Amino acid sequence: MNAKIIDKIATAIISLLVGVVVLILVALIGYILFTGLPHVSWHFLTSPSQAFLSGGGIGDQLFNSFYLLILTLLISFPIALGAGIYLFEYAPKNWVTNTIRVAIEVLSSLPSVVVGLFGFLLFVVEFQLGFSILSGAIALTFFNLPLLTRSIETSLSSVPKLQREAGLALGFSRWQTVLGVIFPEALPGILTAIILSAGRIFGEAAALIYTAGQSAPVLNFANWNPFSPTSPLNFMRPAETLAVHIWKINSEGIMPDASAVSAGASAVLILAVLIFNVSARWLGNRIYRKVTASK
Amino acid sequence: MANVMTARNLRLYYGKHEALHGIDLDFPKQKITALIGPSGSGKSTFLRCMNRMNDLVAGVTITGSLKLDNKDIYSPKTDVVDLRKRVGMVFQQPNPFPFSVFDNVAFGLRLAGIKDRALIQERVETSLKQAAVWDEVKDKLNENALAFSGGQQQRICIARVLAVQPEIILMDEPTSALDPVSAGKIEDLLLSIQDKFTIAIVTHNMQQASRISDQTAFFLDGKLVEVGSTKQLFMAPQKEETSDYLNGKFG
Repeated sequence: MNAKIIDKIATAIISLLVGVVVLILVALIGYILFTGLPHVSWHFLTSPSQAFLSGGGIGDQLFNSFYLLILTLLISFPIALGAGIYLFEYAPKNWVTNTIRVAIEVLSSLPSVVVGLFGFLLFVVEFQLGFSILSGAIALTFFNLPLLTRSIETSLSSVPKLQREAGLALGFSRWQTVLGVIFPEALPGILTAIILSAGRIFGEAAALIYTAGQSAPVLNFANWNPFSPTSPLNFMRPAETLAVHIWKINSEGIMPDASAVSAGASAVLILAVLIFNVSARWLGNRIYRKVTASK
Repeated sequence: MANVMTARNLRLYYGKHEALHGIDLDFPKQKITALIGPSGSGKSTFLRCMNRMNDLVAGVTITGSLKLDNKDIYSPKTDVVDLRKRVGMVFQQPNPFPFSVFDNVAFGLRLAGIKDRALIQERVETSLKQAAVWDEVKDKLNENALAFSGGQQQRICIARVLAVQPEIILMDEPTSALDPVSAGKIEDLLLSIQDKFTIAIVTHNMQQASRISDQTAFFLDGKLVEVGSTKQLFMAPQKEETSDYLNGKFG
């Protein structure tokens, strides 16, 4: 067979495989949106959930998911950024840093249930944080940190070595080079890393069941005192997130419209992740363009 | 004539392997010194000793002395960041930062603590003029430097180095990635700034060395074979290897 025919066959096979992947994705997302969107209404998005009656919404769960996401990123991003910069820019190549890298790899492959149980034993029980948003955020930080660190390190390493040399040769200190040259150039990659991890956090259920809890006390959105138990800002209160809610309805929901609520909540979950991705990408490009003056 | 930088018995090791075998070389003030020699002869390695870029390579040790204004740059007291402000470098591949032209040149000034906007503006303009690229970029100062041609990028990089006003400029084959016209522009600009800076340039292009340099040093296998005024070295080389290399017998 000549190279041309082989090339055509290979192209056909690759296109077919991509087609299969796209088809599965479209079917899956389409099914969820198709079955779920009819149940989504303003009332559904804003009202509290019902345990026994039909007509419950997901307002509190939606808020909890976003609140937990922001809190988790606030904790994990600075740590991951520092660790990523250290590992790539400063760390000498020796057994200590190799051990750190291996530990990160191992940590990143931990099943989230294990992270959740670990968080339950350590934060909820041992540190007496109880089932709370804070426990959940810390557990999710454990879950998120390895991948975020890894991907930040990867985006730093994609900046050409020449840029680093250019900065140093101009008489910049290492920190000035990292902050002024490397970081802006790695920014789109770092933002992608944050977005990807945000999607994971937003959709995570198993690690939260044992840490943030499965109950959603009714929130009073007029109460912004962070120490009041009904305040949405209180991070010592238990908080059921959207993903946990979906899991719970499907495993033990007894409200008459359980399947409708579950379908609607799933559609909202997917849409939220989608909107989050698109807007974060847009924002990232804007910042990058502003820093680099590119078009 | 005063020498700005002097190397004495400079040896460089990669691990145990000795790559530079005791180099003695002087760089006279406000002259252009060309370092020539075949690939792997150690000329770039030597150049990178002069602003301690070799510090970035793991396992490198350097012995002997390399003095800038009679102070050893490898002494523990040397502030490397400060050294690199005094000894600038232009690389083989143009490597502008992914910022606007203006910011590329202004960045070093801002980091050096200059806050006066008018002064920054003036320095940027002067540097771009010195680097003979001002006319081509003056209306596009806010565009990304990477959007320009390779030759223009390289001159922007030179302007970036000139802006921080170093005493010595090291150039590691600055024109080898460029077309002849761009290379010619860079040669002209080097000749026009040599009354303000001391320049050391590594080049594979013998014509280039003979056109622009005052002094030429010939490297071979990590040794400095011969150094002399460019005219003398090209017209009447003292060593047989030099003459063979200049006549294209190897390299």
